[in-house]
Amino acid sequence: MAEVSLNGKALTGIKILAFCLALLPLGKLGVNAYLDNLGANPIEKITHVTGFWTLTLLMVTLAATPLRRLSGWNWPIRLRRMLGLFAFSYGSLHLLAYLVLDQFFDWDAIAQDIAKRPYITVGFPAFLLMVPLAVTSTDQMLRRLGGKNWLRLHRLVYPCAIGGVVHYWWLVKKDLSNPLAFASVLAILLGVRVAYRLGGPLFRRPKPARST
Amino acid sequence: MKNYHYPKIPAAEITPKHLFQARRKFLQTAGGAALAALLPQPLWAAGGFGEIKKSEFNADESLTPLQSVTSYNNFYEFGTGKDDPAARAGSLKTRPWTVSIEGEVKKPVTFDIDQILKMAPLEERIYRLRCVEAWSMVIPWLGFPLAELIKRAEPTGKAKYVEFVSLHDPQQMPGQKSAVLEWPYREGLRLDEAMHPLTLLTVGLYGEVLPPQNGAPVRIVVPWKYGFKSAKSIVAIRFLEQQPTTSWMQAGPREYGFYANVNPEVDHPRWSQAKERRIGEFLKRKTLMFNGYAEQVAPLYAGMDLARYF
Repeated sequence: MAEVSLNGKALTGIKILAFCLALLPLGKLGVNAYLDNLGANPIEKITHVTGFWTLTLLMVTLAATPLRRLSGWNWPIRLRRMLGLFAFSYGSLHLLAYLVLDQFFDWDAIAQDIAKRPYITVGFPAFLLMVPLAVTSTDQMLRRLGGKNWLRLHRLVYPCAIGGVVHYWWLVKKDLSNPLAFASVLAILLGVRVAYRLGGPLFRRPKPARST
Repeated sequence: MKNYHYPKIPAAEITPKHLFQARRKFLQTAGGAALAALLPQPLWAAGGFGEIKKSEFNADESLTPLQSVTSYNNFYEFGTGKDDPAARAGSLKTRPWTVSIEGEVKKPVTFDIDQILKMAPLEERIYRLRCVEAWSMVIPWLGFPLAELIKRAEPTGKAKYVEFVSLHDPQQMPGQKSAVLEWPYREGLRLDEAMHPLTLLTVGLYGEVLPPQNGAPVRIVVPWKYGFKSAKSIVAIRFLEQQPTTSWMQAGPREYGFYANVNPEVDHPRWSQAKERRIGEFLKRKTLMFNGYAEQVAPLYAGMDLARYF
């Protein structure tokens, strides 16, 4: 597979575009909140929108590696950190919406929710798993941890994404089509990784060219 | 949960009757004036209904705005999103419309909607509505006690339950093209629940004809039960000897029981029912036993384990 490298300028362009796209849902939410356009139950709307984009951005982040392997492009990896941090930001807003807007710091009710409501029992730790990933996202932390440890730590994104999808699945009352869509995407993204590990011909890593 | 017991009220907290009534009168007048000032003239002046009878059942609480009542709905016949019914229920043809009375009755009959509208004097009832999803509203419904209709059908001695069947027509109800629930939508009540004076056969809200997304042209409202018990767009009422299996029981027997009484102490398996968000309010409020109608309906369930019969 031919390695397609983008020059610095093109990469910067893509980065700015991705940044704006990732910010768009938040902007839309803000504008609609300002215009009092969030419907009869704005708190529910804010919670749903931020949750949806947390999961969506997690999926996008997880798509970077398979995309590179299948296409040979390198630039998706260069966007991954930023999009991962966006996923974390939307996740934080989602949690804040729950803690502040939905429960208004009713710690009793919150503790009970975490202990007794399966979708929260699984969703809350799924969010917590994102925290160390966000904290260690800087170049400095990568150096301090060492590449191998860093990579190992960042595999936490797998249980995090699975937890997020299960959280959504268990929350829905009846119509499972949306959580099912997320579960399918996640299954494909993880499946590609498994297939690659098992070394299917399509996924064999191109031998790095050594210069001795 | 244990059986429900009336809370013991200290004598000091009991308002003397004349003061209570004076307060009620004042609140009703003030509420009515406020409402009249808020609403556009034609809505209440030319509502399409004649004289509205005074009702003794009115929650002294501020009304949920009409806009919210008609734009935030669960009516899976039009889709599972809250906005779907308002966006898609325009395809519902509410006339001509008939409701057939079937099963264990001496007089099986099919009523035309116009007959139903003239069956008994309409009254406005301001009821709390509590959804199983832990949000609530306060809605001024228009209708008359379902008991009025049931009396006319003369149920036989065998009739113990009433089943309500909603319209099944995927052409008019696009949500029925997907099998999220078993169509037609079926709900049910015990006969004594159906005969209870609070159970309202409903044809309007806010002084107007019932909008399609709220269950036009005729629905029931059972204010002490979660909202899904109040069947919408009813085409048949069946009197049965055995307890019917409702659509939601079929969809999730562990989560949706036949009774579905509002009960802060019996949680939904996936979320707490202790509190609710009143639409339009920021802070959650405590959910009341039987949605605040315990005084009227608790005797219906005397001796029943409400955690088992949820």
